[in-house]
Amino acid sequence: MQHLLSLLVKSIFVENVIFAFFLGMCSFLAVSKKIKTAFGLGLAVIFVMILTTPLNYLILTYMLGEGALAWIHPSLASVDLTFLSFILFISTIAGAVQLVEMIVEKFTPALYNALGIFLPLITVNCSILGTSLFMQEREYNFSETLVFSLGAGIGFFLAIVLLAAIRERLQYSNIPEPLKGLGIAMIITGLMGMAFLSFSGIQL
Amino acid sequence: MSVETTVAQPEVKKSEPLFSKKNRKVVSDPLDDNNPITVQVLGICSALAVTVQVKPALIMTLGVIFVCAFSNLIIALIRDTIPNRVRIIVQLIVVALLVTIVDQVLKAYMYDVSKKLSVFVGLIITNCIIMGRLEAFAMSQRPWPSFLDGIGNGIGYGVILVVVAIFRELFGSGSLLGFKVVPQWLYDMGYVNNGLMVLPPAALFIIGIYIWVQRSRNAKLLNVS
Repeated sequence: MQHLLSLLVKSIFVENVIFAFFLGMCSFLAVSKKIKTAFGLGLAVIFVMILTTPLNYLILTYMLGEGALAWIHPSLASVDLTFLSFILFISTIAGAVQLVEMIVEKFTPALYNALGIFLPLITVNCSILGTSLFMQEREYNFSETLVFSLGAGIGFFLAIVLLAAIRERLQYSNIPEPLKGLGIAMIITGLMGMAFLSFSGIQL
Repeated sequence: MSVETTVAQPEVKKSEPLFSKKNRKVVSDPLDDNNPITVQVLGICSALAVTVQVKPALIMTLGVIFVCAFSNLIIALIRDTIPNRVRIIVQLIVVALLVTIVDQVLKAYMYDVSKKLSVFVGLIITNCIIMGRLEAFAMSQRPWPSFLDGIGNGIGYGVILVVVAIFRELFGSGSLLGFKVVPQWLYDMGYVNNGLMVLPPAALFIIGIYIWVQRSRNAKLLNVS
């Protein structure tokens, strides 16, 4: 239990998807002009993250890994399909996002109006695929995968809302013309990354 | 001689020459005026993460050029047969296929680099440059210009990657491509490697400053995003 808690804190702060790995930077920079939209995208990312990463874990364990197909027939125990993981992971994510979009639209129109526009964007958000790939590379088990995906999602949410808040303030400040917009957003992200670096080395 | 030229002449007129002015522009535009990273704001994720040293940055660039060019070519070839509603999934599958090839080749021939790039080879799939170019260019253009556009954007991406990597490796570890560049006597005089350059935020600062320099030099870009 304590181990899981420490993993959660680590994935939110120490190994923040944005500040430590730069995953999902594109939508991070593009959708962080207003707090409200940033909030919506952040929620949608958390949602898709905790849905797809465990799904990919199951696919990896019961279909792709070495000897994973043994539950169908013992003679398949030597089959190793790991090289297919990219294709299957991205298909799961694209499929899950499409499915979630349809379900949310049908049953909770209010939530759909809040998240709707961002859901399709999320398919190509690197942080989603990145979390699945980290899960594969670090060989997490199922409960660790759940906690890790939750932490990564919250980390993204936190980062994008923070940056949006700062950028709203920046509109009133006096920035050199060529640096406005993308340039200053980059430098601020760097400064925030340095602040997040101070979390490194924290052990629970 | 003169007979040959007159025979060859009509053929050239019929189809556009392979390296016409328009096609050259397709390649050269992404290098500066329409750079995928600093102007279109695509594919920043991997640009930042693999630039601690020059060698992984170069290999990543080659991978992206390969995937971008060939996915553009394939999508441009089959663009008329793709139903509009499922086009994103079709594009993703084509890209994922090419990335799997790159990953397997890297694992087989350059295992240490492949370890260093870790998940970022896989993340070429969700590199927005590739999807962005497929959507914006390959879906509506003929195969050959699409192929060139892929190469151009791959190189434009690579230019930024290599510039950032040169700064980070030179100031962060005093070497380039693994060779020591900063001489020992400089260290003896008290020069110290800049520890910040090795850390992730340095990449953001360098790209931020690059954008600053590029936009103050090129007034056309001032009002982009």
